[in-house]
Amino acid sequence: MKLLKFGLPLIGFIVVAIFLALGLKNDPRYVPSPLIDKAAPAFSLPTLVDDETLVSNQDMLGQIWLMNVWASWCAACKVEHPVLLSMAAQGATIVGLNYKDNHDDAVGWLQRYDNPYSQVIVDAGGQVGIDFGVYGVPETFLIDKDGKIRFKHIGPVAEQDAQQLLALVAQLESES
Amino acid sequence: MLLLALLFNSAYSAINVVEFETDQQAERYQKLISELRCLVCQNQNLADSNAGLANDLKTIVQQKIVQGDSDEQILQFMTDRYGDFVLYRPPVSAKTLLLWLGPLLFLMLGLGILAAYIRKSKMQTVTISQQEQQRARQLLDERKE
Repeated sequence: MKLLKFGLPLIGFIVVAIFLALGLKNDPRYVPSPLIDKAAPAFSLPTLVDDETLVSNQDMLGQIWLMNVWASWCAACKVEHPVLLSMAAQGATIVGLNYKDNHDDAVGWLQRYDNPYSQVIVDAGGQVGIDFGVYGVPETFLIDKDGKIRFKHIGPVAEQDAQQLLALVAQLESES
Repeated sequence: MLLLALLFNSAYSAINVVEFETDQQAERYQKLISELRCLVCQNQNLADSNAGLANDLKTIVQQKIVQGDSDEQILQFMTDRYGDFVLYRPPVSAKTLLLWLGPLLFLMLGLGILAAYIRKSKMQTVTISQQEQQRARQLLDERKE
């Protein structure tokens, strides 16, 4: 009886404490993407340099590439920018998705901070962003040779995130 | 009347004006945007949020209603992109089963404890036999002396 009276609340407390402790490690702003390991949404968007040239997801097939969603109005994009530059220098193919941005601001931003992108495609209305499930800028997607999304990073890419992404790229490269 | 009009005007000025052909469509729109979560400010629904993305998603909901999509199709469109998180009412699945059945489990647990408690207290009254009563009287008498 005594065991029940004191044991039960103790067990209850321990269970609740464990769940709360695990909860502390979760990032409430992190929304898991349902698109992982699924084909990337189809898109066909003009490039920043020339709005007559269209780039589609079909054009990227056969390449392992990163799609970085960015905008000149996005403060966190400035934080990850040097990291993206170093990733590009290490051979990563990064396509910029310029999200709901003003054309001239975007061009000026790349001139000022340098350009890590092999191409920049323009999603002025944000529809492609919605198709990709973008809810905050910056976000970075890893897309494989078959056009499948293999990984998604939410928020600015820090140095260790870059290492993880590059390792994943190398892994995909060796698989094929 | 003019005052009322002004009041409404200021209250809704920040929200995109949404027009539908039928009241039913407008009702569905209101219901859907109150059930969908804003991804940017996560403790608000789309109806209450003025975030850029929330407005875009509201526009999509509106367009899809006008196009004749069903509620299920619209919710599917959202969950395909943002997962179950976008729904304020998560669907019953293996992952959310505990969430849905949790309250019931706790109720059962409570009822179980209550039943055990009642049964035990009943048993206690039964176990006071004549012998024990005698002993109790004996003990009480001892104290008197």
